[in-house]
Amino acid sequence: MKLSIERATLLKAVGQAQSVVERRNTIPILANVLIEAEGDTVSFRATDLDIEVVDKTAAKVERAGATTVSAVTLNEIVRKLPDGALVQLIDDGASGRLEIAAGRSNFSLATLPREDFPVMASSEYQSNFSAKAPELRRLFDKSKFAISTEETRYYLNGVYMHVAEAEGGKMLRCVATDGHRLARIDSELPAGAEEMPGVIVPRKTVGELRKLLDDDDATIAVSVSETKVRFATPEITLTSKVIDGTFPDYTRVIPAGNTRKMEVDAADFAKAVDRVATVSSERSRAVKLQLDEDRLVLSVNAPDSGNAEEELAVAYGDERLEIGFNAKYLLEIASQVDRENAVFLFNSAGDPTLMREGNDTSAVYVVMPMRV
Amino acid sequence: MPALCRECLTEFKDGPRCPACRSPRVARHDELFDLTIAHMDCDAFYASVEKRDNPELADKPVIIGGGRRGVVSTACYIARIKGVRSAMPMFQALEKCPEAVIVKPRMSVYGEVSRQVRALMEELTPAIEPLSLDEAFMDLSGTARLHGRPPAVMLARLVRRMRDEIGITGSIGLSHNKFLAKVASDLDKPHGFAVIGKAETADFLADRPVRLIWGIGPAFQASLDKAGIRTFTDLRRWEKQDLTARFGQSGTRLWHLARGEDYRRVQRNAPVKSISNETTFNEDTANPDVLDGHIWRLAEKVADRAKAKGIAGHVVTLKLKRHNHKILTRQSQLTDPTQIADRIYRTARDLFDIVGDQGPYRLLGVGISHLSDAEGADLSGDLLDPQAAKRATAERATDAIRERFGDDAIMKGRALR
Repeated sequence: MKLSIERATLLKAVGQAQSVVERRNTIPILANVLIEAEGDTVSFRATDLDIEVVDKTAAKVERAGATTVSAVTLNEIVRKLPDGALVQLIDDGASGRLEIAAGRSNFSLATLPREDFPVMASSEYQSNFSAKAPELRRLFDKSKFAISTEETRYYLNGVYMHVAEAEGGKMLRCVATDGHRLARIDSELPAGAEEMPGVIVPRKTVGELRKLLDDDDATIAVSVSETKVRFATPEITLTSKVIDGTFPDYTRVIPAGNTRKMEVDAADFAKAVDRVATVSSERSRAVKLQLDEDRLVLSVNAPDSGNAEEELAVAYGDERLEIGFNAKYLLEIASQVDRENAVFLFNSAGDPTLMREGNDTSAVYVVMPMRV
Repeated sequence: MPALCRECLTEFKDGPRCPACRSPRVARHDELFDLTIAHMDCDAFYASVEKRDNPELADKPVIIGGGRRGVVSTACYIARIKGVRSAMPMFQALEKCPEAVIVKPRMSVYGEVSRQVRALMEELTPAIEPLSLDEAFMDLSGTARLHGRPPAVMLARLVRRMRDEIGITGSIGLSHNKFLAKVASDLDKPHGFAVIGKAETADFLADRPVRLIWGIGPAFQASLDKAGIRTFTDLRRWEKQDLTARFGQSGTRLWHLARGEDYRRVQRNAPVKSISNETTFNEDTANPDVLDGHIWRLAEKVADRAKAKGIAGHVVTLKLKRHNHKILTRQSQLTDPTQIADRIYRTARDLFDIVGDQGPYRLLGVGISHLSDAEGADLSGDLLDPQAAKRATAERATDAIRERFGDDAIMKGRALR
């Protein structure tokens, strides 16, 4: 194999590869990226056995071939090369080394045979459709904060992507929850997605997927089966196993009868929560919300370190209410609001509270209160 | 050589016996009145308490432990002569000493006796670091002026009072640091008084096996063996950085201990890092219902202890020992700390389901760690388990009932499995 490629292009491909590679792993080949050169393209493939990413890019290939080399080391080298450099990758197929040459820098890295590189079995996808990058970005960006890290509830360690029946008909919906807060985000159902099976997309995949969605004009080809999901741009293909489990019936969790409505400027609210929470250093900081006629008092009382209070003007017309929340959870849901006011719908101090943006029901958040 | 009569506490210089009371129970050492770090270890504590409370047991071999499949938790000295050791499986102990009287442990009584001993120690120094119910480190530095007598005298008086007032005996190890004090208390058991001075530290350790070091278990022992380290002399041949490179942090500690150096302070109330309970079954079992019952009972015990201490845990651990003694542990971090048995149980149960069917098991343990104040515990409900809050409230109510009418007043059906 012998090829030349521009440094920036190479860095992007190798960067994506090295983030998929597991930092600590016991199988040496899994630390490597598979480089395959043929015709006028080169592809970089990396996997952790659950996720596989392939980045195909144009290169000047003088001699076709393939080899594998440490993804992290290659990434470090390329990152440190000067901008605009032309990088040559040469593997003579016999020495067990990959030569990397750029300007006056020369590197030689140990390789492992390409035959040992595990390639994810291809599978039949029941559903194939294309979605606009900004739509997918919204679905995952607004839900991923609620993904659980509890290993015992492994089926919550991802975003549940499925087709749901909503007011406006069928929707493409993403839901994530950790039992304390929940995010439910809807988007228009893309043509061809009607038969899509519901899948739980793992946290790491959501992180990797995000890198494909930066371009507002991009269209993503999405393929879904019961066990796998694939997102592809013309250059990058991300294939991932989905979490083998049943996502709980979240619809029961979303309160329908909450009537006590508070409307507040989300940014002001978030800043106030952040300020009062400063006095408590504990991990689970409880913020108390005292609601009265158009008035909200936020307070934190930390017996060891001090207390704080702040008043905010809000729209609220119901009877007096005192309710506590984990400050972090409040901040996270408030920061999802970017266009209109945040609307909170309360029931009692012990019941889940619902939050949405204005009257928009396509993004709904539920948060469990805390005893204060 | 300075000497001390352990009976009448007379300080003297020469002679094999006390010049005042003629007792042969004498402690003598060049540094006797200069050393200040002590380790007190009760002799066959549980067994001594049982013999005290039941004089018929006095001249019989007594083993404290539970059940046929349990292990020996304490053996009295008569049973030890027959070869019974603590942690030995009960059936093996009975092979060695068939006439032994087996007594089920009465932890609450031992706890009470332990508190009495602790009260006597408090009179000597505030710097007490209990290691368990029956042993503790004491730092008596600077107390000579207060008591008007050197530490050695006060320690001899302590064990004399334990014998006369409480009715149990203990052994004292006196030295210049914790490591050596603990080693010393074991030298002259039972009812002993051993001293390791600064001057003889190196000679004393030289040919002793490194397993003397507290905390070196069979696994560490094996890796030391591999490195050719058996005695302290072997250990001293190693450079500090080599030991550290090979054994990490423990390596550095070993290097110091090899030279009899231990800079750890006697810490009053060393913070608790975890709470756990475990049980060895009468018979290996793979029956999920039986195991589930154990998970519940252990979770409840752990929760009871956490509630009593006013603390809560952020991480729940499940420990399983398979029939081949292989140990499996699984942990789960909760979103917020808990002291509710129901949550501990459910988390441990989930962990158990994740482990899958790898039984039969011989032991099961449940624990919590990453402890914090109970103040911040269980404040937040679970969206996906709306009944959890109700169960927690029910548990608090149950606790109140048991507090008033005893532990058996009310219990879960699950506990009877």
